[in-house]
Amino acid sequence: MSDQRVLTVDNVTGHYGDSHILHGVSMHVNEGEVVTIIGRNGAGKTTLLRAIMGILTKRGGSIVVRGQETIALPPERIARLGIGYVPEERGIYATLDVTENLMLPPRVAAGGMSLDDIYKLFPNLYERRRSPGTRLSGGEQQMLAIARVLRTGAKFLLLDEPTEGLAPVIVQQIGATIELMKRQGMTLILVEQNFRFASRLADRHYVMEHGQIVDVIDRAQVQARMDSIKSYLGI
Amino acid sequence: MTHLPDTVTKPTTSNHTLIWYGLGLIALLAAPFLFYPVFLVKLLCFALFACAFNLLLGSCGLLSFGHAAFFGAAGYVAGHAAKEWGLPFELAILCGTASAAVLGFLFGYVSVRRSGLQFAMITLALAQLIYFLAWQLPFTHAEDGLSAIPRGKVLGLFDLDNIMVLYYTTAAIFLFGFIAMHRMTNSTFGQLLRAIRDNEPRAISLGYEVNRYKLMAFVLSATFAGLAGSTKAIALKIAALTDVHWATSGSVILMTLLGGLGTLLGPVVGAGVVQAIEDHLSSLPADFAVFGLFRLPPITAIIGAIFIICILLFRRGIVGEIQHWLDRRSGK
Amino acid sequence: MSMQALFGQLLVGLINGSFYAMLSLGLAIIFGLLGIVNIAQGAFYMLGGFVTWMLLNYAGIGYFWSLLLVPIIVGLIGAAIEKTLLKKIYNLDHMYGLLLTFGIMMFIQGMFVHFFATAGRPYTVPSALTGGYNLGFMFLPKYRGWVVLASLVLCLVTWYAIEKTSIGRTLRAATENPTLTRAFGVNVPALMTIGFGIGVALAGAAGVLAAPIYPVSPLMGAELIITVFAVVVVGGMGSIMGAIVTSLMLGLLEGLTKVVYPQGSNMVIFVIMLIVLLVRPAGLFGRER
Repeated sequence: MSDQRVLTVDNVTGHYGDSHILHGVSMHVNEGEVVTIIGRNGAGKTTLLRAIMGILTKRGGSIVVRGQETIALPPERIARLGIGYVPEERGIYATLDVTENLMLPPRVAAGGMSLDDIYKLFPNLYERRRSPGTRLSGGEQQMLAIARVLRTGAKFLLLDEPTEGLAPVIVQQIGATIELMKRQGMTLILVEQNFRFASRLADRHYVMEHGQIVDVIDRAQVQARMDSIKSYLGI
Repeated sequence: MTHLPDTVTKPTTSNHTLIWYGLGLIALLAAPFLFYPVFLVKLLCFALFACAFNLLLGSCGLLSFGHAAFFGAAGYVAGHAAKEWGLPFELAILCGTASAAVLGFLFGYVSVRRSGLQFAMITLALAQLIYFLAWQLPFTHAEDGLSAIPRGKVLGLFDLDNIMVLYYTTAAIFLFGFIAMHRMTNSTFGQLLRAIRDNEPRAISLGYEVNRYKLMAFVLSATFAGLAGSTKAIALKIAALTDVHWATSGSVILMTLLGGLGTLLGPVVGAGVVQAIEDHLSSLPADFAVFGLFRLPPITAIIGAIFIICILLFRRGIVGEIQHWLDRRSGK
Repeated sequence: MSMQALFGQLLVGLINGSFYAMLSLGLAIIFGLLGIVNIAQGAFYMLGGFVTWMLLNYAGIGYFWSLLLVPIIVGLIGAAIEKTLLKKIYNLDHMYGLLLTFGIMMFIQGMFVHFFATAGRPYTVPSALTGGYNLGFMFLPKYRGWVVLASLVLCLVTWYAIEKTSIGRTLRAATENPTLTRAFGVNVPALMTIGFGIGVALAGAAGVLAAPIYPVSPLMGAELIITVFAVVVVGGMGSIMGAIVTSLMLGLLEGLTKVVYPQGSNMVIFVIMLIVLLVRPAGLFGRER
């Protein structure tokens, strides 16, 4: 069982400047799973992803990625364990054009998509391949941010609010892409506000409140526990 | 009118601080009986210069790399006024100081709008322009400098060639500048400057004309640097190219940094330490060797090394570290 | 005034301009990546000249080998300084970077004065580059032509490497968003060391090119860096091509002033800076932020 563990987070704490954000978070993700982290704004979801990536500098506890303790590792070493990161703010480089944005992240594992494959999957990115990254529309930028990690060969992806502020058509397209990734056996953590979107994709939902995991809901329980989910999300 | 919240707690004048002021005053009065007065005169001039520099950096966060321009140019003007125009001591000093204020307005007008590092680069480059002008203009006498500047008499009565008169006059000028700047730092104007330093966008959004306040601070800082430079030129009877050289700008930065950025006494202590080191090194015989083994490197290398050590090991400076230590002790 | 004199001074201006270009290019790379205004850039230029002189006089290594070796040596010295000193202040106010490099500059220059005194040391032009061409309107010494050519090529290669290659792509990404770039698996701290090394190596290369023209002395870079600062302010931070073009333009202007109004030649760049600040505060190629 434990050899299938991609990620084990144990009692992780995190600070952002002076404010204490994560208060002992514990969770895990198995090979091939899609797991969401849901919760209200300010619950610490984005901070948890940043802690896993190691770009939150003040963090404690234990984060094990594929059997390797990472709490003392710098971000570049953590990424090299085969993690792909799609940040909330998308992180498209303005000084790089679309192709350069795609080519930037180094390959961290074998089997990543080629540039041609990516352009076949995202034809609109191909059309804009010479534009500076930040000239794209919000949806195109999100596509680019996702496409960018597909090239690296990472099999474990962290996606932070991939549908935030996007039109329904594009949300559908992103959903299809995530399903494709799942079929290919990738492991995903999805931070998502849009629960309807998340529930179609996820095997398990972690509910986060005030910097702690307060509940875990399996796919099978979702219908039965809809009321408590609604109250967690305040909808 | 809205008031920005006070970001730094206003120091209250307790009996404690009064005792310190008293001790400081006694030290200032007694010093010439313990140390060589001419050395003290020079020290006080540089201490005033460093305080002026600290006024800008401490309260505005603006790092000027060109303060030697004000110090040196004021020295030339004061020296010229005393020597060529035959003006009395007080007017000569006034001329020098006023010229620094004008120069400060010019420099400040083009530089305060630029952000931190660009500001430093611009002030350094502008000061270099003044340095080259000092090479070219006839009244500065290029490499020779202005020498044998007559000191004159204070209030037309006391001959400044008397070394004690010279010392106490310089001490009075220093004290005037020191107290004026101290009061300015604690005034509403000073608080406003600190608020701008700590959160400029906020001050702008509250409707303050931030650049105007920065410019005022810059001009004031330049003016006091000019007062220091004028006094130095007349007290030591010489105004020279070294006074406008970038190394002098660097030296005043070091004094402030070493003593303690933004502290009240830091620049004075820093000026004392740097002057003492320079004085000591220049008094050594030419063939001096440490333990008879190796020659000391020139002062610039030593100053460079102090810079590096100070930034890496004690950024708060001497006074800053002592204050920090006292605060921590009293906090526990 | 003779045409000979005019073109001769313009050539000197072009040479100085290409030195400004190499120094400001290095300055821009370092500033982008490390957030440090490296005031010691002039000291590394001096180091380049001195190492060239030392290689010849102590090891018998000639000019062309120096052209290859010296930038590497200077770059390694820079990398070592970055790893031991600069690394410690990245989380502090940018001001401390300027102050620390100022200390480093004073220290390096002071130590060279200590061991070599301030007198200039001549370095003979390599025999392959002696002589010159008569162009009709002027006599072009081969070496001076070579300096302009070599530094232009070096600047353009640097520009190409930054704008068009994968290393440059990573460099630009790390400049724009270092944290995210690390999260993609790029070793940004190592890149910063390399970037500082390359930045000062450019100054070192300028020092090699300068050695046969200007006497090698510990203070040869002390004033140069201030002029380069003015050039950078005129050009505006941020554009590499802008930095190169501004440098050459101002170098030429300086040369021209030497003919027309010699007393003003060392001031003209600073006066231009003053005017640009009044008219276009963000610099010629900069954008107002």
